[in-house]
Amino acid sequence: MARVLERAAGVTVARARGRRDRSGLVAHAILLGSVVVLAFPLYYALVISTQTVGEATSLPPRLLPSTAMLDNYVQAWQRAQMGRLLFNSAVVALAIAVGKIVISMLSAFAIVYFDFRGKQLVFWMIFVTLMLPVPVRIVSTFEVMTRLGWVNTYWALTVPLMASATGTFLFRQFYRTIPDSLAEAAQLDGAGPLRFLWSILLPLSTANIAALFVILFVYGWNEYLWPLMVTTTVEMRTAVVGVESLVPRGGSQLAEWNVIMAAAIMVLLPPVAVIVLMQRWFVKGLIESEK
Amino acid sequence: MKRTVFRNRWLPYALVAPQIVITLVFFYWPALDSVRLSLYRASPFGDRLIFVGWGNFARLFADAAYLRSALTSVVFAFLVTLIGLVLALVLAALANARIRGLAVYRSLLLWPYGIAPAIAGILWLFIFHPSYGVLPYVLSFATTYQFNWFLKGWVAMTLLVVAAVWKQFGYNLAFYLAGLQAIEASVLEAASVDGAGPVRRFLAITFPLLSPVTFFLFTLNMTFAFFETFGLVHSVTQGGPGDATSLLVYKAWKDGFENLQLGVSAAQSVVLMAVVIGLTALQFRYAEKKVTY
Repeated sequence: MARVLERAAGVTVARARGRRDRSGLVAHAILLGSVVVLAFPLYYALVISTQTVGEATSLPPRLLPSTAMLDNYVQAWQRAQMGRLLFNSAVVALAIAVGKIVISMLSAFAIVYFDFRGKQLVFWMIFVTLMLPVPVRIVSTFEVMTRLGWVNTYWALTVPLMASATGTFLFRQFYRTIPDSLAEAAQLDGAGPLRFLWSILLPLSTANIAALFVILFVYGWNEYLWPLMVTTTVEMRTAVVGVESLVPRGGSQLAEWNVIMAAAIMVLLPPVAVIVLMQRWFVKGLIESEK
Repeated sequence: MKRTVFRNRWLPYALVAPQIVITLVFFYWPALDSVRLSLYRASPFGDRLIFVGWGNFARLFADAAYLRSALTSVVFAFLVTLIGLVLALVLAALANARIRGLAVYRSLLLWPYGIAPAIAGILWLFIFHPSYGVLPYVLSFATTYQFNWFLKGWVAMTLLVVAAVWKQFGYNLAFYLAGLQAIEASVLEAASVDGAGPVRRFLAITFPLLSPVTFFLFTLNMTFAFFETFGLVHSVTQGGPGDATSLLVYKAWKDGFENLQLGVSAAQSVVLMAVVIGLTALQFRYAEKKVTY
């Protein structure tokens, strides 16, 4: 009897293993399929950006690269002032990412390690900003910028976007997991709060900082409505906004889709590269910042 | 909660000062000003403001164009969210085998998250282009219908939905895959031994166990579809053809910045504020209860 059971169990295990192999194959096929479908628009854009106008607008559509790549990228670079726009985007994305991280680390430190009057109020004031995204501040923002004399400046493009409820909550959450004994020991050694923040909390936070950096860099680079509202000159536009000016409106304009795609590729490359290169931190950032 | 507290009279205030100053000047001031302006109308010469009370809101809700825009936004948000979540969930469930290289797949699926909605829109715009795009070309073999988004509102809407779903897809899939990995294989095996087929296992076990992930992704995608798609509309359809793709955010900007109707635009901002408060409340209710199953 026992032997029969054993044999039956053996058969079941073998069958389960066979099923697992097959479901593994199915899974690979599905995932590979998704990867290909997802990559197609990018592939298509890349291919178009290597073709001449004639090739890009020929029927049937050509799905293989051609030889005009260098020419198209040079064209896009010159025509849309891509150099300037990409520089602006880099400044904006870096300043927003670093600014948000510093500002939210400081406020989280104050909230977790100090008792002070109005702490609850401060906490709620930061929380409520979650409910005030850019679109609900459209009309008055420009007036605020005018009053400050900030229209068409890097100040306008960066400083207002540096407040961060998400960042503050992330660091607050993290500081709370740090054992009290660390702060006690630091105090016994005569270290003041700023010393403790700099020498102990900061080194402990590097993983969180890296994770937040990826998310915030992508956010800053890709922001659209804000730069559109606070700048009026081409020189101060960011790259994401700048590409739109190449898209033809109305029938009279010649549609140089090869040049547009070259510009689009240049604009999308930096944030995608940051995500791919900092993959590990990115996934951590996604999950942590949404808690 | 025990916590060693540093003592200092002014330091905590200095530490929160940058955050609070930015919050006050660039969040509260413009937001309150929007609320104030929503109660006023500019005089015919634009030189002073006339108090109209709820007038702007009354006008807004009697305005067919605004109501159409609201409906368009709701339809857009639900399409983006539902299509995105269903696709991601089905693919994640089918792909959830203990296979090698899941991390590699994840990185190959996540990268579109880095592309701005505006740029995603431009990539898809060309695929949909009525004269040169590969999609209308392929469809032309099957039907004589003209898939021209310059002329047909629903094609333009489809273009925007596809671009938005594409951009969000890897992100949704990554969260579902992570959620599925957390479900004990033994639970599913037990159900399998009890004779439950794959569809029944999915409906009775996997889907309910994933409800927290679904709920979280739902609010996140709704927020994305309502508030982060301005660039998509502005760079691709500019609200057209007609006002077929004029989402609320785009309309609020256009009325304020291009048509210079400050009061009406401000009133629209206030309505948007109500939407975002609702979505945030929903999100935090979830955070408290973790959606029971």
